[in-house]
Amino acid sequence: MSTVLDISNKNAPGNNLPAKPEESVQYVNELTTLNLGPTHPATHGIFQNILQMDGEKIVSGEQTIGYIHRAFEKIAERRPFYQITTLTDRMNYCSSPINNFGWHMTVEKLLGVTVPKRAEYIRVIMMELARIADHLICNGILGVDTGAFTGFLYLFEERENIYEIYEEVCGARLTTNMGRIGGMERDLSSEAIRKIRAFIKRFPPIMREFEKLFNRNRIFMDRIIDVGGITAERALNYGFTGPNLRAAGVDYDVRVMNPYSSYQDFEFDIPVGKSGDTYDRFMVRNEEIWQSLRIVEQALENLPEGPYFADAPEYYLPPKKEVYRNMEALIYHFKIVMGEIDAPVGEVYHSVEGGNGELGFYLISDGGRAPYRLHFRRPSFIYYQAYPEMCVGTTLSDAIVIMSSLNVIAGELDS
Amino acid sequence: MTNEEVAKDLIRQFGEDVYDFDDPYGMLTLSTTREQIIPMLQYLNTHPIYQISFLTTLCGIHYPDDPNPEREFCVVYQLHSLVNNFRIRIKVFLAEADLHIPTATTVYLTANWMERETYDFFGVIFDGHPKLTRILNMEDMDYFPMRKQYPLEDPTREDKIDALFGR
Repeated sequence: MSTVLDISNKNAPGNNLPAKPEESVQYVNELTTLNLGPTHPATHGIFQNILQMDGEKIVSGEQTIGYIHRAFEKIAERRPFYQITTLTDRMNYCSSPINNFGWHMTVEKLLGVTVPKRAEYIRVIMMELARIADHLICNGILGVDTGAFTGFLYLFEERENIYEIYEEVCGARLTTNMGRIGGMERDLSSEAIRKIRAFIKRFPPIMREFEKLFNRNRIFMDRIIDVGGITAERALNYGFTGPNLRAAGVDYDVRVMNPYSSYQDFEFDIPVGKSGDTYDRFMVRNEEIWQSLRIVEQALENLPEGPYFADAPEYYLPPKKEVYRNMEALIYHFKIVMGEIDAPVGEVYHSVEGGNGELGFYLISDGGRAPYRLHFRRPSFIYYQAYPEMCVGTTLSDAIVIMSSLNVIAGELDS
Repeated sequence: MTNEEVAKDLIRQFGEDVYDFDDPYGMLTLSTTREQIIPMLQYLNTHPIYQISFLTTLCGIHYPDDPNPEREFCVVYQLHSLVNNFRIRIKVFLAEADLHIPTATTVYLTANWMERETYDFFGVIFDGHPKLTRILNMEDMDYFPMRKQYPLEDPTREDKIDALFGR
């Protein structure tokens, strides 16, 4: 017969502990793991952050990225140069024209093509409008994340107007594929110019209203001042560029340091912050919107006459009318569309000031129809690694605001 | 501060270990060995005049057709001096059999993810990296997709063969 083991043997040695005191609350000294993302509505994109929380405070964070990785660098190794433009659209999709023209300028640098002034000015207008749209989204959403939806709603009407200008210039709204290697695919139409002029007129009062709503708003300021600050030294070491670096007090702007596309012709200021916190980033972006508007005004005012594309028949698609009548144009058309144009051997790095910072293209050509290797310097990818460090010691609600003000774009992050 | 000036200074400093000088499109390009890359990054970073202290990009390149197997892989560092507006490109060539290179995270924090990306795409192992795992691709991927032997499209597909243009 088996013996019954008395598991509740109270008399066993070591078991005669004193009775526990009557206490219902137990203090546990352990961290909570909180999964922020990948599809959290407040992260505006697919990012996962595994946060270790000590009560309300964030102790550490671990990021997972790559949810929308589409292997652009690999795809680009098979595509002719002009087909890569559509890949760049999908990186920072809040300001696609900047990416498009950045890529065109890289290839033009490789080919040694000089673009006429008119095309450069049109590019500047479109790029600055794109920057305005990009910053509007970032700052508008920062308002939403702090509980103020109104500003976002008002600003989005203006973004819509910018998208209508895109539509007029290139026919698309979000993934613009604007311009060609060697210039623009068509001239600015009178309707486009009218729309840009209307935008310049209508936008400032709305922007002023937005600033009035936020800039000195006590609740908003309490919420974002001294949240997610980063020193200039640290920001540089982390490879910050663009508004996020300027908010920390470094006046590095690619448009001024290495002017491209005639930026040296325009007068504009570089706003810089001091502490690199969320409020500074917000204010820098606001001011950059004004500066961009200034550039658009100047470029439109001084828009030079002349051709809108370079004299480079081997690389620039000939006008359709010519293709039907002219043998040479037909041959070039065929060769360009079939991607049979060989580029010279060389390696080139070109960067533009994207919505989020230095957007670089490192292109290695072995003389073929497609790049041998193409590397994109995506600013979001580079500065997003500083995010856990900026969050440590803050609360979850601050972490959301920091991510929002960094303006991490999933498409650019994962490429 | 010109390309020649910096190049001469680097030769003075590192002697035989810097070679292959070039300046495509005006950017000083040179190669070094993996033993010298971190000292060189540090030297340029702390140089009182040059102050080349911003790591713009770090990426890998695969050259499977290079006759010299010691030059099959390349890690490229592009640095920028924000004070002097001077850019420099440093290359380190590696053999496939020994794809090791010391990490640059000791000099630049931003190298962390750039190196993880290079590892993810090419399989270059950065010794001393705090967490060298894949970053954009999934963890259980068993190859390095940016290497040239992995074609973009399925090579067994016959409907994609273009006899006219041979691609």
